[in-house]
Amino acid sequence: MVKAYLPKTLEECLKMLNDFDLKVVAGGTDVLIQNRAPSQLPIGYKKDVCYILQIDELRKIYEDDQYLYIGSAVSLEEIMDSMIVPEILRKTILEMASPAIRHTATLAGNIANASPAGDSLVTLYLLDAEVEIRSMHHLRRMKVSDFITGVRRIELAKDELISKIIIPKFEFDQAYFKKVGPRLSDAISKVAFAGAYKLEGKKIMDFRVSFGAVNVTVVRELEIEKKIVSNTVKDIKKMQETIVSWYEKVINPIDDQRSNKAYRKVVALNLLREFIENLNL
Amino acid sequence: MAKINFKLNEEFVEIDTDLNRRLLDVLRDDFSLTGVKEGCGEGECGACAILLNHQIVNSCSTPLANVIGKEVMTIEGFSKTKRYTAIKEAFAEAGGVQCGFCTPGMIIATESLLNKNPHPTDFEIKIGLSGNLCRCTGYNLIVEAVKLAIKRGEGLW
Repeated sequence: MVKAYLPKTLEECLKMLNDFDLKVVAGGTDVLIQNRAPSQLPIGYKKDVCYILQIDELRKIYEDDQYLYIGSAVSLEEIMDSMIVPEILRKTILEMASPAIRHTATLAGNIANASPAGDSLVTLYLLDAEVEIRSMHHLRRMKVSDFITGVRRIELAKDELISKIIIPKFEFDQAYFKKVGPRLSDAISKVAFAGAYKLEGKKIMDFRVSFGAVNVTVVRELEIEKKIVSNTVKDIKKMQETIVSWYEKVINPIDDQRSNKAYRKVVALNLLREFIENLNL
Repeated sequence: MAKINFKLNEEFVEIDTDLNRRLLDVLRDDFSLTGVKEGCGEGECGACAILLNHQIVNSCSTPLANVIGKEVMTIEGFSKTKRYTAIKEAFAEAGGVQCGFCTPGMIIATESLLNKNPHPTDFEIKIGLSGNLCRCTGYNLIVEAVKLAIKRGEGLW
């Protein structure tokens, strides 16, 4: 039988992760389904489990001048309801899953799950979000975009725990998330898009776009963004099809049960076109 | 195996079992609370919904370990409240029930929504019920039922 560990403090939890080989579970909304057993049997975990929802240190949302900090055991619903969380992230969460899932699922869980169709990831990449990772011996920070290395692959050692999500504060002129799925809630995206910009006079001083479900990880191209920044809005609108052609090269979706390559590609690029067309002076 | 405590339908309970069981199985098999149903078993349909600290949660995707020290309310416990009566009558009157399999979950979702937001817009009602699937009514009648419950139960939430 698989053992259940129930740390009450972060220190206790890190000691357990150091001493044993454990699967960390927060809300469990993905992990339980991935380890589903026939009805009436215990969850089919492959190894012992460490449940982290009781750890108070991981249950806080707070901010300082530069950053917003979200504990890894905070539920999606709490994040969605928090007024200090950027509006684009709150709106992204509103379109994720359903109330029943949002009440226990966590943002750290969505990151650790590293699905190509993880909706929150599209917005976290856009916001340059980082994860704080702890073990008994060290503390480190890493951008979410570096932390996720492939489909269900993350840079996390066996004794490490995601303790926080850290989001740099930045005021955009506009930032939005758009999801394309069979219905508004309770559906996995066919394609997801997030875009944001900041103007200085007539020039764009910050331009960001990211795409979900069109490649093995979220697509965000800093090199392309650099080429766009410091142009005027008028010039960027003139460059629209050139910009689309740059992104076309990095958007490589797959066929699966939810959608197909051709549809995903067309829709992703149309969402980019719409974003550029709606840049405002 | 471990001995744990939580509050179930307003009573403190203690159970000695494997914490890696689904809350759904514990409620049905150990406490004979069969108002929670297993529909999809993967968090999509809401037939297994319960209130965990007054918020809707799917018991099929909740490990027992996550309810320690918390308040669990199933449709059986909720049916003893005035709020339930208001919702039940509204569902019956509006025709929000046909086969009935989704109904306990729908009622739990309605309570969770109104507890947080007593005067939701139509959009907020749809979002509130979005994790509960019904294959009979086409949803419109259920949305009407929720609106009727809000009117009838004014002051209860």
